[in-house]
Amino acid sequence: MSAETDTKLVTVEIMGKQYQVPDAMTVIGTMWYTGHNIIRGVGCLGGVCGACSTVYRTKDDFALKVGLGCQMKIEDGMSFFMTPFYPTAKPNYNVQEIEHPKEELFRYFPEALNCRNCNACNKVCPQDIDIKGAVKDAVKGDFEAAADKALSCVMCGLCVSRCIAEMAPNMIALYARRTWSVFYATKHERLDQQMKQITDGVWNDEWDQISQLDEAGLKEFCKARR
Amino acid sequence: MDSLLEKYIGVIEATRDKRIAQAMPLMREADKEHLLTAHHPDYRKEAYRPIAFGPNQGEETVHELAALLEADSPLSVAPAGLAKPDFEVDVLILGGGGAGATAALMARELGASVMIATKLRLGDSNTVMAEGGVQVAVKEDDSPIQHFVDAMHGGHYKNDPRLLKVMVEDAPFSINWLDSLGVLFDRDADGNLKVKKGGGTSRARLLACKDYTGLDMMRVLKDTVLNTEGIQIMEFAPAIELLTNSNGQVTGAVLQNLDVDQRIVVRAKSVIMATGGIGRLHIQNFPTSNHFGATGDALPLCYRLGARLAFPGTFQYHPTGAIYPEQMAGLLVTEAIRSGGAHLINRNGERFVNELEARDVVCAAIIRECAEGRGVDTPFGRQGVWLDIPVIDAMNGEGVVKRRYPGMLRKYERHGIDIPTQPVLIYPTLHYQNGGVAIGTEGETEIAGLYVAGEAAGGIHGTNRLMGNSLLDIIVFGARAGRAAAQRATEVDFGELTLNHLDAFRKQMKKAGVEPTRTSPMLLPDYVRRPEEAVGSA
Repeated sequence: MSAETDTKLVTVEIMGKQYQVPDAMTVIGTMWYTGHNIIRGVGCLGGVCGACSTVYRTKDDFALKVGLGCQMKIEDGMSFFMTPFYPTAKPNYNVQEIEHPKEELFRYFPEALNCRNCNACNKVCPQDIDIKGAVKDAVKGDFEAAADKALSCVMCGLCVSRCIAEMAPNMIALYARRTWSVFYATKHERLDQQMKQITDGVWNDEWDQISQLDEAGLKEFCKARR
Repeated sequence: MDSLLEKYIGVIEATRDKRIAQAMPLMREADKEHLLTAHHPDYRKEAYRPIAFGPNQGEETVHELAALLEADSPLSVAPAGLAKPDFEVDVLILGGGGAGATAALMARELGASVMIATKLRLGDSNTVMAEGGVQVAVKEDDSPIQHFVDAMHGGHYKNDPRLLKVMVEDAPFSINWLDSLGVLFDRDADGNLKVKKGGGTSRARLLACKDYTGLDMMRVLKDTVLNTEGIQIMEFAPAIELLTNSNGQVTGAVLQNLDVDQRIVVRAKSVIMATGGIGRLHIQNFPTSNHFGATGDALPLCYRLGARLAFPGTFQYHPTGAIYPEQMAGLLVTEAIRSGGAHLINRNGERFVNELEARDVVCAAIIRECAEGRGVDTPFGRQGVWLDIPVIDAMNGEGVVKRRYPGMLRKYERHGIDIPTQPVLIYPTLHYQNGGVAIGTEGETEIAGLYVAGEAAGGIHGTNRLMGNSLLDIIVFGARAGRAAAQRATEVDFGELTLNHLDAFRKQMKKAGVEPTRTSPMLLPDYVRRPEEAVGSA
């Protein structure tokens, strides 16, 4: 998080207070630079954990925007605060006890039908996911499309914060991904075969042989096999 | 286009066709040894010193880790809570990444009451950041034996063969378990599991969820934990000390609540350490790809109890960490991009290593190029080499980079770099702790009641882990430790809570003539600029 001395300074506002900081830093870098000892709001620092949701406005723009604080660069006149926690209600389900995933979607997430097409969730998503589309896919029963759209979801919950129909679009997409995997994308014959071969002890003789080798012998064995 | 790239794009594009046609040979063993000794950070003598006392006394490790092992406990007096613990659980799991979540689910399945206490949030971990994939032998030409052979070779034959055998044999069962929970691995056109080739392996053996493999695994594991009754979750509450009875068996832990100044005493029949890696120590000043909480807490906590560490001196520097733009320094550029055919090239537009060599070899080769004047300088005083990503589309057709690496695409896009058409600057980044607390096949340690799983454990990967074996080991050994810890909980009673082990530890410290100047674990790195510092030195 080093800031160069020759970088120009810009003015930002953190929770209403102004600070002068070098340009080209991230939001979290700016928090540390200005002396904020934050713990909540910092996670992977790589843009995949969703810990650092940040709400901000840019100069002369009324629009309220949102991004990930570890990835987003600051700019002159920006005003921001971090929202490290957002309370989300979540139904409990055991994916292995589900019988009819497409019908049971409405048991766990009846509100999934209530989408009013406002598009607020898509606009707020820091990962640019078509999360509204993923919910609609799930409702239509196209779990594969929903799963595909939601691959990069970091579960930050910002879509939940903006949904006027009061649903948790990220949770619905996760349900679709998990059940798609368990119930529909089920081909893995080679994996099943490997498990059977291991259970049957197909390689036991070779393991016995390996277990009797000293370090030099093991080295020789491995090199011969590569 | 960025001015730095502008300066080099000519030579990069002019040499591309020639480089595609060029066959890069794999290095001979003797040449590899020579390269590693000359340029790998693990061989830099001045970065190392012997550990002053304890089970690994005399063994060399980096200054940053030695200082933590020889540091005092933050508890100078026993907290009042020892007489009346705040919580009692069968199995206490410290750490909420992939290994911790897996251990919790397995222990719970066997009926144990479980608590996960973690430093940040459940799921904040290196697991969630893992991109490349997870190794499992599923192709016709592959077998667990072959998987074992590759990992041994990659680990320089220092791996504990017993641990490695268990890992490769459990692998398909672990993957099957993840699949049954809803982790969605990529499929082939025919719907079967898609397998990719990774660095350092003789067979294609990597399953992936595009370049978000760890994210999907962690998302599903976390959701499953949240859906499971009987697992208590204590976030922002890392362990600062373990507790023992008078026989030296582990009986609980003291947690620090990071939100309010308060300590939490937990009594448990078994404790599993799944606290992850060490990147945030910034060993040898390297940038790191690790998450904010990766400060190696298990190592000093277990060491104080007398648990031995395996290979405490070897670390993995991932060959391709971003170093430009400056805000990305340390962030990983997935290895899948190299296995997908990207070229590493120096300032002269030359390839200098086969990109599919094992990580330590590629890393040493990059450091060599920079040390010998063939690196590229960034405006921020760093050096690196180019990773020619556009060559992947040049070889396979337009759109392949965009389709295969959506995560990488987005990360660079945020900084105005278009990876399908623009090469990126990279340099090795501190990525993984190859060693850790020595364990047996059930994650057990030499201390009764203490189990370790995941990156905190050592021995499985010898002195160099191969890509895709870490996402595997967290599941295999997380599960084994979870089951063993739950089993123990049916066999023992809750024990007394004391800090007796600290008396022994402090005696050793005094005998070795070490004056404690700090405490450990470190818990978090400190990046906060203090007011007295000059502007620009943060």
